[in-house]
Amino acid sequence: MHTNVTNHADASIDFNLDEARVDWHDKTLWFIREKRDKASHLIPEWEDLREYASQIKNNVLSNLSEYLVQFEEKAKANGVIVHWAADAAEHNKIVHQILKQHQIDRMVKSKSMLTEECGLNEYLEANGVEVIDTDLGERIVQLAKEPPSHIVLPCIHKKKEEIGELFHEHLHTEKGASDPQYLTAAAREHLRETFLTRRAALTGVNFAIAETGEFVICTNEGNADMGAHLADVHIACMGIEKILPKQAHLGVFLRLLARSATGQPITTYSSHFKIPQPHQEVHIVLVDNGRSVHLGKEDFRNALKCIRCAACMNTCPVYRRSGGHSYHNAVAGPIGSILTPNMDMKKNADLPFASTLCGSCSNVCPVKIDIHDQLYKWRQVLMKEGYGPAAKNASMKMMGWVLSSPKLYDFSGKAARWVLRNTPFVVSNKLNPWFKEREMPEAPKESFKEWYLKNRQS
Amino acid sequence: MVAINIFISMSRESILKEVKKNQPSLIPLPDVHLPIAVAAGNWIAALKERLELLHVDVHEFANEGAVLHFLKQQNRKNTDRVVTTIPAFQSVATIITSASEDAHTLENVELAIIPAHLGVAENGAMWVTDALIKYRVLPFITQQLAVVVKRNTIVYNMHQAYEKIAGTAYEFGVFIAGPSKTADIEQSLVLGAHGPKGMMVFIVDE
Amino acid sequence: MNVALFIPCYVDQFYPHVAIATLELLEKLGCKVSYPLKQTCCGQPMANSGFAHEADACSQLFAENFAGFDYVVSPSGSCTLHIKHHLHTPAHNPAEQHIRQTVYELTEFLVDVLKVTSLNAKFPHKVGMHQSCHGQRGLHLSQMSELNAANYSKPGSLLDMVADIELIHLDRVDECCGFGGTFCVAEEAVSAKMGKDRVSDHVRHQAEYITGADMSCLMHMEGILKRQKSSTKIIHIAEILNTHNP
Repeated sequence: MHTNVTNHADASIDFNLDEARVDWHDKTLWFIREKRDKASHLIPEWEDLREYASQIKNNVLSNLSEYLVQFEEKAKANGVIVHWAADAAEHNKIVHQILKQHQIDRMVKSKSMLTEECGLNEYLEANGVEVIDTDLGERIVQLAKEPPSHIVLPCIHKKKEEIGELFHEHLHTEKGASDPQYLTAAAREHLRETFLTRRAALTGVNFAIAETGEFVICTNEGNADMGAHLADVHIACMGIEKILPKQAHLGVFLRLLARSATGQPITTYSSHFKIPQPHQEVHIVLVDNGRSVHLGKEDFRNALKCIRCAACMNTCPVYRRSGGHSYHNAVAGPIGSILTPNMDMKKNADLPFASTLCGSCSNVCPVKIDIHDQLYKWRQVLMKEGYGPAAKNASMKMMGWVLSSPKLYDFSGKAARWVLRNTPFVVSNKLNPWFKEREMPEAPKESFKEWYLKNRQS
Repeated sequence: MVAINIFISMSRESILKEVKKNQPSLIPLPDVHLPIAVAAGNWIAALKERLELLHVDVHEFANEGAVLHFLKQQNRKNTDRVVTTIPAFQSVATIITSASEDAHTLENVELAIIPAHLGVAENGAMWVTDALIKYRVLPFITQQLAVVVKRNTIVYNMHQAYEKIAGTAYEFGVFIAGPSKTADIEQSLVLGAHGPKGMMVFIVDE
Repeated sequence: MNVALFIPCYVDQFYPHVAIATLELLEKLGCKVSYPLKQTCCGQPMANSGFAHEADACSQLFAENFAGFDYVVSPSGSCTLHIKHHLHTPAHNPAEQHIRQTVYELTEFLVDVLKVTSLNAKFPHKVGMHQSCHGQRGLHLSQMSELNAANYSKPGSLLDMVADIELIHLDRVDECCGFGGTFCVAEEAVSAKMGKDRVSDHVRHQAEYITGADMSCLMHMEGILKRQKSSTKIIHIAEILNTHNP
């Protein structure tokens, strides 16, 4: 990942400097959340579908070692070459090695969050391989030298005028042009030429079927297919958790995925790759990169059920008002906040706190991941392991102490109310984050307890 | 290469070992049983409604002859390259019988007319496999796509679709639900991201 | 029916009138209400900050205070949810399981236990109902907009019993206000923005009052309304339900 690591709260301050833009970002994503609601409400059995999907994924995680072996066996029988990568570095090396074998130094790539997680583009570029992202949104952020801010809508943070500027600079569109139709047509021409001239295509994988060895890729643009079918070498990279036991299970997941993601009943293309074309080589890279260890954490393992629909991002009131980059990882939003501490607790200790625990994420999740409960549990783990700031440790100890003593509590409450009534400047100032955009509550003379003693016990 | 292969196989064993160690005890698979929300008599209407929402130009015809008649009446430039894998349309399109040439030569195809095995009413998706298209890239690289689907192959939802697909032989298969599209620029829908800019579906009785 | 009144710490200190309204309402409805005098806090501020392990003594005190009642009732969905899910005393105080099973947020207690069907209350104002997340998504006080399921609302059904009240429609029926406990200061920028957006939905629809079953969310929105010098006020649902219809 090529983001500068920062913490979510600080990045959010920057994001909120332009309030009109925050409103625009929030409304755009809320619009998608509403489309998701409409689409899911058209399916009377929606909640049953979610439950089935959840149960199927529970089964997958409980039998993953068998399914991986079964998938490998079937894929090999189909003529696909299967690789295993323990971590990001090995994944990147494997991809590079395949390209080197074929003397290929230019490649097209369709959307794969896994390769973002592994930093593949940077690795290949450092090794002299040009990678062109073909998903329109990904191409836009690639030209802007930014990471995607959303796993389904990579450039949702960008305004069309900014995209127009980028295209003017790189694709020579008219200066000042910002019509999405016009800009998309320009990208189509540019990328068509690219598809026709690249010998290798890398794609992600949405689902891999243990029973048949096939893998399924879902896109609206058709970019994965344009790349894969025209290339001599097709490399498909997948996290080991992407397995489904049977082909029939696709019926459940393909009904859920696009509706949850964008409110579409299905993506335009759901391509099932089984046997390579003659004269074509197909490689699958099965990537662990922390997943097998994650699987062992009982409280957190079901985050591995995620199918990357991004519904939790679209509904998250914090994500909508802080933007994807504030999560400083390939996968942002609520799901990112429970996945990334598995990889690096220190670096991602801020993320489980980037939530009000409102719970909307868990309700939209098509595979019923208990996202907000995991955020709560991660907070406990992170603080216990000492990843909290020292000042917070001390103040929480103090709070625990005060609140466990009725006398200290009464005294502190009285003192706080006295301060608010008599010396409000002590708290109503810029050092108090509450006061920046909110007034302090008015402090009454007596607490309820004091009232109660006078009125009910005398 | 030998060294690399050993390296790779070591990762395989270590990943599988770690997964096996960490996966919870077996949770059984559910039996998926869901009612079909719409009565069979309404599937064609539901399909048409869905396809229109997907910006697909949808027509019903008695047979392929009627489709041919319709295609002939369409205003098309003489220079347009029209291809098909359906023999009945040979008077309006070049027939493709096998993937005998380099697929890149399809880059200038204006219209491709292909059959589908089945269509799904709930989402407008047409199931197409390589046997029906010869070149896998054909339905993607063409500027316009036309799909012919038989009325009696329409199912309502994806569960029914996979029941029909189960056990059929294909090397590549794809559900296609409308023209290629994107909304990556400020959520404005644009048809023709990379693949077809437009799509027609012909529902035929036989 | 022996009911213990559990008053969240910040309500005790800053919103005593909300606690009084809750007490009076329960008494009006025939409950024998006690207020255990040694209560302080449920421990949620520590737990939500990742310091549940520093809340043991707090939990112990809570279990001691609230042992031996038929029900524990609180005018806060959030604190109720915390007790229901997270009250764990270090020595497994025998009372804790009973408390977890019998703790109720005020409106769910009125609807589910007391089965209130009419109220002698009157509130002739335009009111916006704020669905606090912990009450709604945690305690299921109301149906959640994300789910494909039948609508219901326990606080809503009680407000429907109030004479002359006019409930306004909101564009986003159950979006979080951004309070979030320590989130409100740790993530001040997003918290304040969420609060402003939530408030503006109510103000845009001419709410004279914003009500809800959680004073913490209302306190946060009150801070924003006051800073904006808005004429819209906040009022806890207990205060509306406790009004008198002469």
